[in-house]
Order: sequence, then structure tokens, then C-alpha cells
Amino acid sequence: MDNLLIPGSRHQTAKTRFTQAAEIVISAIIKAMGYSAIVFVIMIFVYLMTEGFAAVGEVPLSVFLSERWYPVEGFYGILPLIGGSLLVTVGATLFSVPIGLATAIYIAEIAPRWMREILKPVIEILAGLPSVVLGFIGIIALAPQLRKLLDMPTGLTALAGSILLGLIAIPTIVSVSEDALDGVPKSYRDAALAIGATKWQAIWRVSLPAARSGVLTAIMLGIGRSIGETMTVMMVTGNAPVMVRGLQSLFMPTRTMTATIAAEMGEVAQGSTHYHVLFMIGLILFLISLIVNITASAMVFRVKKRAERILS
Amino acid sequence: MMIKYRQVVSVLILLGIFAVSCRPQPPNADLPPIDSPQAHIEIKGSDTMVNLALAWTEAYQDVDPSVTISITGGGSGTGIASLLNNTTDMANASRRIRQEEINQALSLGIDPHEIVIASDAVAVIVNPSNPVDSLTLQQISDIFQGKHENWQELGGEDRPIVRVSRESNSGTHMYFLEMVLRLGDPQNRSLFHPNTLLLPSSEGIIAEVRDNPNAIGYDGLGYVTPEVKVLGIQPSPGTPAIFPSSETVFDGTYPIARDLYAYTNGEPEGAVKALIEWILSEPGQHIVRELGFVTVLQ
Repeated sequence: MDNLLIPGSRHQTAKTRFTQAAEIVISAIIKAMGYSAIVFVIMIFVYLMTEGFAAVGEVPLSVFLSERWYPVEGFYGILPLIGGSLLVTVGATLFSVPIGLATAIYIAEIAPRWMREILKPVIEILAGLPSVVLGFIGIIALAPQLRKLLDMPTGLTALAGSILLGLIAIPTIVSVSEDALDGVPKSYRDAALAIGATKWQAIWRVSLPAARSGVLTAIMLGIGRSIGETMTVMMVTGNAPVMVRGLQSLFMPTRTMTATIAAEMGEVAQGSTHYHVLFMIGLILFLISLIVNITASAMVFRVKKRAERILS
Repeated sequence: MMIKYRQVVSVLILLGIFAVSCRPQPPNADLPPIDSPQAHIEIKGSDTMVNLALAWTEAYQDVDPSVTISITGGGSGTGIASLLNNTTDMANASRRIRQEEINQALSLGIDPHEIVIASDAVAVIVNPSNPVDSLTLQQISDIFQGKHENWQELGGEDRPIVRVSRESNSGTHMYFLEMVLRLGDPQNRSLFHPNTLLLPSSEGIIAEVRDNPNAIGYDGLGYVTPEVKVLGIQPSPGTPAIFPSSETVFDGTYPIARDLYAYTNGEPEGAVKALIEWILSEPGQHIVRELGFVTVLQ
């Protein structure tokens, strides 16, 4: 390494030329990698569109918007599935956002340094738990207990799915919002405390608003994580395509879009109507997570603009 | 420098652990030496038949040790789909191949060949704490269509009824729909009640029925464990109930029994042919009886 810096080295010009060539090749490769991500997304989207839109011609809209999902007999009502996915996601958000945010605030603002050093890795381990393991715990331990505790007909309900999905989303919410809180300059807090704010007031009125964009991103990422999760929900929600009618449906079995695709994709003949409808569901799922992501970045953008206005 | 040294050592230790864990298992005495001629058979399909296929495979190792067999479940529909996609040598199915699947196969250049390799009773199961002992087919059909919501209506306790079924890719699901829910009437278009739980595996059904006193489910008799209660079927109200067993299936008194099929691409050949011939012989069918299924031998 060092001899590169020695002036007048005999190999310098040759080396420089070689380095320049390598530079060009490497940056071209990196550029291609960067573009390939976009190309892949577009290719997946086009593939989903072509396979999914074939269903539009094969199944009338009135069938799509009916309330019965039983594809073996040609009932392709996707409303119960969309409802099921949204229900489980809303349940998971209600469960994971308060807990995740409180944990992040504790880690970033209150916990002593040694506690932080323990808590952060432990929460990240929770993120690494395979979802099939969580589903198994759900079937064996959570669902029977929920049934007894709440006196429900069965424990395999949207609620069980929401709780487990919440557990999956919590690590995402904690680590992203903790990073955001950590990024708030110490001078903000010091200033708040100096003018007589209590610690709680400093957290609630200063740190949290200052870290708002990061916290919102964290919540959106958590929602995105919940809506796309498959294995856990397939194992614990009972997979009954029941029409969702309000929050009381949380205590009933439900069937999500992801579980439907996972359970049925293996059996369908390629190119059949059922196959196309499953791609249609995949397309809807893709659009929903796209909307979640766009909302997240729009919110972050708006918040930043406002913060800039205040600062200027 | 110290840190670098430490990193190098820890990487070496990790690599060492990895290398040790990757070391191949000591050669098993039962397996043939590598250089002997080998055939590999891929079997996929019905979850009902997975245990049966495993038992056959184990016993077949003594008959012809040069053949290796791998078995995957997933449901009859999954097995037939893999036969169509040419990713399996033999598809097990607990239902007959559908006409649309045959058409699909022919268009893909696959010629599904059907062999009946065993029969099976479908047992209707409830939690052991449920006082109901037997039902008529009509009652079971009504339960799964959602015409009964409480066990009291059927002489049980005051509990809600929780219907448990396999996913629709299961051959047992389709059989139950056609022969029980619709009582074998092709004109009948009744469906499962939408709140019927659709569980992805036979184990899931047994687990839910074992734990939940409200549940009623169904499964192949070979899968039923002593932890759940098998209901008797009454041919008509007031008659004595008939419980599923090899005898009642064989003499035709137990009404819900079906054939189990193996599908191959064209007439089976070579190792697959030998395996199927062995399955249909007395030693193979002995295993069928041992596992609670019904033999195809007279």
C-alpha cells in the first residue's frame, strides 16, 4: 500500500493507468448493479401485471367484488381476503406501535448505557426469529390460551395473527425509531431541561417531534413488514375467508391475501383462471405496499419541509 | 495490530467450527456403496398418504437397497401439479385426477397413468370431552354447511360449533365436499360455511380438535391419533352407528371411504414399476393394514 505514495516510483505510471482502468470498470459494474435493482422491480411488476390482468378478462368484476372465496368452484370474491389482510395488519399495528415506540424511547432517552448495550442486541435477535417458529409457538401456546382467556369458540383468530405479527414488527419499529431519537442533537434536550422542562416534557415535546420523520418511517416499515408476512398468519389465523365487519372480526378466524397465495399456488395448474386470480391478488398486495411506502416517504418529505421552515 | 490479530483468530475459529459441522456423516452401514448402480424415485402428493409412503419406503430398503426414494407431502393437488410440471416420478393422490388436470397434462405432453394402491376411511373427529358419539351423514353435512351453530342442537353441550377442514388443495377436502357435504349428489351445489377453518396440514387439524372442545373435523383414518374421538356414522336416524375400520370399509357398511391413487407419467417403468408391483403385493399391502388403511387385495 505504502509504495503507491512514494513519488518517482518506477511503476507509478503503469500503476496509475491500471488503477484508472480498474476504476472505470468497477464504477461501471456498480452502476449496473444499481440500475439492475430498478430493472428487477419493473420486471416483477410487468410480470405481475401480465399474469394478473389475464384474470380480469376471465372473471367478471361482480364475482371479484362478491363475498365468497372458494376458487375450486369458481367463487373468486377477493373482498374477504383484502379485509383479512387489512384487519390483521391494523391489529398488529395497534399492538406493535405503542410497545415499539415506548421501547425505543426507553432505550434512547432513559436507559443507562449498560442497559442499552444489552437491550439493543436482544431486540435485534427477536428480528431474526424465523416466522415459522413464531407460527409454531402460536399454534401450540398462544391460540389455546387466547381461546380460554377470552372464551372464544377457537383461538385460531385474526387476534392471534395480529399479536404474532406485532412481535415481528416490533424490532423494526424499535431499531429504526431508536436511531432517529438517537440522532436528535443533545443540545435540544439540554436546552429544554435548562428552561425548566421535566424529563418527560423534554421527551414528549422536544425529542419525539424532532425525530418525527424517522419515527413515522419506522411505523410504516413495521406496517409493511406485517402486511407481507405469510407463514405465521397461515398457521394461526384459521384461514377462513370470512367477510370482515369492523373490529369485532379480530376475534374471528380470517384469511389473508398472503396466506391464500401461499396455500393455493402449489396446487393450481399454470395458466388457469385460479392461477391468474392468485397473481391478481399478488398485484393488489404489491400495490398496497407501494402505497404504504409512498405515504411514508411523502410524510417524511412534508415533515422535513416544515422543519426547514421553522429553522430558517 | 492486536485487534487485527484477534479478528483473524476469531474468523479462523468460526471457519473451523464450520468445517467440522460440514464434515460428512460417517457412511451408514445400511446404504449401498457409492459405486453400485442406483435409482432415485421422487414421490410427492397427498398428506393423507405420507405416512404410508414413508413406511413403504423404509420396508423397500430391504427389498432393493439400490433404490433411494424421497417423499414430499403438500396435498393431492400439489402432487398432481408436480407430475404435470415433471418434477416428480410418482404423484400420490387421495382423490381422482380431475378432467381439467388431465387436459392440462395432455397439453404439456404428460400422460397420467392411474393405479389404485390402497383404500382409506375418512373419520369424522371431535374433542374427547364432547359427549356426542355418533351423527348421521345428513347431520354432518348440515354442520359443515353452517345449518347448526351449537352442539346443543345435536345432543351435546351448550357450546359453539367450530368447523375444521383441510385446505382445498387436499384430496380429502374434495372427497368430503362431494360425498359428505353434498351427500354424493352431483346436482347439489352446497359449500362449506365460510367460517370453516382451513388448516394447511393434517397435523393442524388433529392439534385443533385435540385442544378445542368446540371443534369438529375430519381426516384420513390413518392420521387419527388416540387423543381425538372418532364419531360413528348412522346410516339413518336411530340406527346403530358404524365406526370406521378395515372391516367396515371392506364390507362397505362404513359410508365414507375412498380409494387412494398413485399417478405416473405413462405406464410405470424400471424402478418405479418394481416399486409399485411390490406395493401391490402382499408385503406392501401388509403395511397398508398395519397403518389403519384398507388393502386393495381381496
